[in-house]
Amino acid sequence: MLGIARQKMLVLSSKKIRPAVSVLRNYSSAAKEMTVRTALNSALDEEMSADSKVFLMGEEITKGLLDKYGPERVLDTPITEAGFTGIAVGAAYYGLKPVVEFMTFNFSMQAIDHIINSAAKSNYMSAGQISVPIVFRGPNGAAAGVGAQHSQCYAAWYAACPGLKVLTPYNSEDARGLLKAAIRDPDPVVFLENELLYGESFPISDEVLDSSFCLPIGKAKIERKGKHVTIAAYSKMVGYSLKAAEILEKDGIDAEVINLRSIRPLDRTTINDSVRKTNRLVTVEEAFPQHGVGAEICACVVEESFAYLDAPVERIAGADVPMPYAANLERMAVPQVEDIVRAAKRACYRSVP
Amino acid sequence: MALSRFASSSRSGSLLKPLSSAISLRRPISTDTTPITLETSVPFTAHQCEAPSRTVQTTANELLTFFRDMALMRRMEIAADSLYKAKLIRGFCHLYDGQEAVAVGMEAALTKKDCIITAYRDHCTFMARGGTLLEVFAELMGRQAGCSRGKGGSMHFYKKDSNFYGGHGIVGAQVPLGCGLAFAQKYSKDEAVTFALYGDGAANQGQLFEALNISALWDLPAILVCENNHYGMGTAEWRAAKSPAYYKRGDYAPGLKVDGMDVLAVKQACTFAKEHALKNGPIILEMDTYRYHGHSMSDPGSTYRTRDEITGVRQERDPIERIRKLILSHDLATEKELKDIEKEVRKEVDDAIAQAKENPVPESSELFTNVYAKGLGVESFGADRKEVRATLP
Repeated sequence: MLGIARQKMLVLSSKKIRPAVSVLRNYSSAAKEMTVRTALNSALDEEMSADSKVFLMGEEITKGLLDKYGPERVLDTPITEAGFTGIAVGAAYYGLKPVVEFMTFNFSMQAIDHIINSAAKSNYMSAGQISVPIVFRGPNGAAAGVGAQHSQCYAAWYAACPGLKVLTPYNSEDARGLLKAAIRDPDPVVFLENELLYGESFPISDEVLDSSFCLPIGKAKIERKGKHVTIAAYSKMVGYSLKAAEILEKDGIDAEVINLRSIRPLDRTTINDSVRKTNRLVTVEEAFPQHGVGAEICACVVEESFAYLDAPVERIAGADVPMPYAANLERMAVPQVEDIVRAAKRACYRSVP
Repeated sequence: MALSRFASSSRSGSLLKPLSSAISLRRPISTDTTPITLETSVPFTAHQCEAPSRTVQTTANELLTFFRDMALMRRMEIAADSLYKAKLIRGFCHLYDGQEAVAVGMEAALTKKDCIITAYRDHCTFMARGGTLLEVFAELMGRQAGCSRGKGGSMHFYKKDSNFYGGHGIVGAQVPLGCGLAFAQKYSKDEAVTFALYGDGAANQGQLFEALNISALWDLPAILVCENNHYGMGTAEWRAAKSPAYYKRGDYAPGLKVDGMDVLAVKQACTFAKEHALKNGPIILEMDTYRYHGHSMSDPGSTYRTRDEITGVRQERDPIERIRKLILSHDLATEKELKDIEKEVRKEVDDAIAQAKENPVPESSELFTNVYAKGLGVESFGADRKEVRATLP
């Protein structure tokens, strides 16, 4: 099996994935690792190979895929998001399967009318005649030192809209499985990646490497089982929550960490089942706090599991300010591991030193 | 039933040179396909290309079909006006009467493999693509038999099996979407084109130029058609556009200015544009047309233009009257026969309205259908989520 996996890795030859291939050679045992970037590229490659209707469109697209599939299927666009996003949605109306890449989701605001009005609502307005099998992907949320206009998280905005599906992968398994699911899905999917996670390496199983691997849309994953407090997070904050859980363990608090994976549809069942078990909840997101994902989760838990709550729901989010540039201020503007630890302790009514 | 008449060429008016002068027996009007050669009202004006000839070929059959189709559209839109005033149609209703020649002439130049996309003034374009009166009126009145099962409304008519992609409420959005359809046609090697229609109001939209730029770079078979009725909502073109020569606004893209009230000119221009786009990429057609109604039913249409102007266009340039005069002067039908067609058409419209009025409103469960193509068994909610929940199929 390892040999087959290694062959598959070598087929995806491009400068970008070579580091992952050499990592593979260093591990003689079963443990394999893959960066999120490689995971995404391999998913794109496999889906393009499997379905000739899939094509990519965006600014300065991955060279490896361009070399392999040619300029007819990997299209470099001018810096005109409204125009090329509209073109991609029109192509989806006709039955093709575009994957539109935004350099960051901040630029998706230039195209948001097409994402919402042209893509999300068309199946409904046409009573099922016009379905829109399109994926909008790209880095979302804060990067490092890029300032206010380049750091916003759009999960809550897009997830508010019926007709869209919104996915937030965390690790490489998520990246591969959810991107493949998104491309195969007949509805418009907003696929929110994270700039700072691209280079991170995660262990990956053979099952995940198989070209038919796919994750279900709308299902969260319990990354860490626990019994004292539920921590629900998405994207980069899942990693922070897992670190917070390790710290909490030393203080005798056994945290359950949920990787949401899907913001729309939101896996309300998994969240509520977990809260009914632990009776305490902390939501974590990098985004602006008001009207955010945490607010939706809190409302959902209050509606469905009020009697099970032993403490008010705690919400950790980005600071309610535009993202500053100075490193010390930037650090204060995004959640840190200690914020999550503190909130979990508050939820457990432990004194916070 | 057709009376035998001597089609004498001496009776022909100044416009015409019928080739059928040898025929002494006039065949039934619906089947005569003898070619007739005519000239369009005015020559085409071209930008960055060579204009097609103003000499067009048609037949009696075609002219009568044009007459009937446009008369049907005219009657349909006027009936919609009454239904709106009777409060059977709600919300937005943008009527196309006056512009029928564009929809009919364009359809005559295309096949169903070619795509059409337009904005919200879409009732007649939908009909031209093969829609039925019942689908139109039922949709306008929010009933099940509507083309979007009552869930779209006036601005959201679609007919995918005829490659009609709507029906869009956001001014200008349909142009990049149309270029996307053209992209998909080229990608699929379909040898077909897309006509993306927009108004003089939308002609100033940035996304139009973004889409045109990409279409020209990628040689997409896209034809951008500006239905210039000279008013963007209540604003006259000269107040909204620094350059109202819309056919030239494509700059590097060729363009053609067409008399949009002359159905034969429209057909000729669209035929020319289709051939051009398949070989050379995007081209712009500016249809010089006019709408008798205001922008929508909430606009009387007389605060920003004079009634004299409207009457003037009706008298001088009405597309249906133009065809009527052609038919009569060529002896292709009698006045009575044409009036009979108009009566038939009126009855068709009345019957469809009666049928639509009887049609039921959508089932309550339809609130939750088609949110997704694949709902994944996800839950959706009504206004009170503890009262109304549904699983999306």
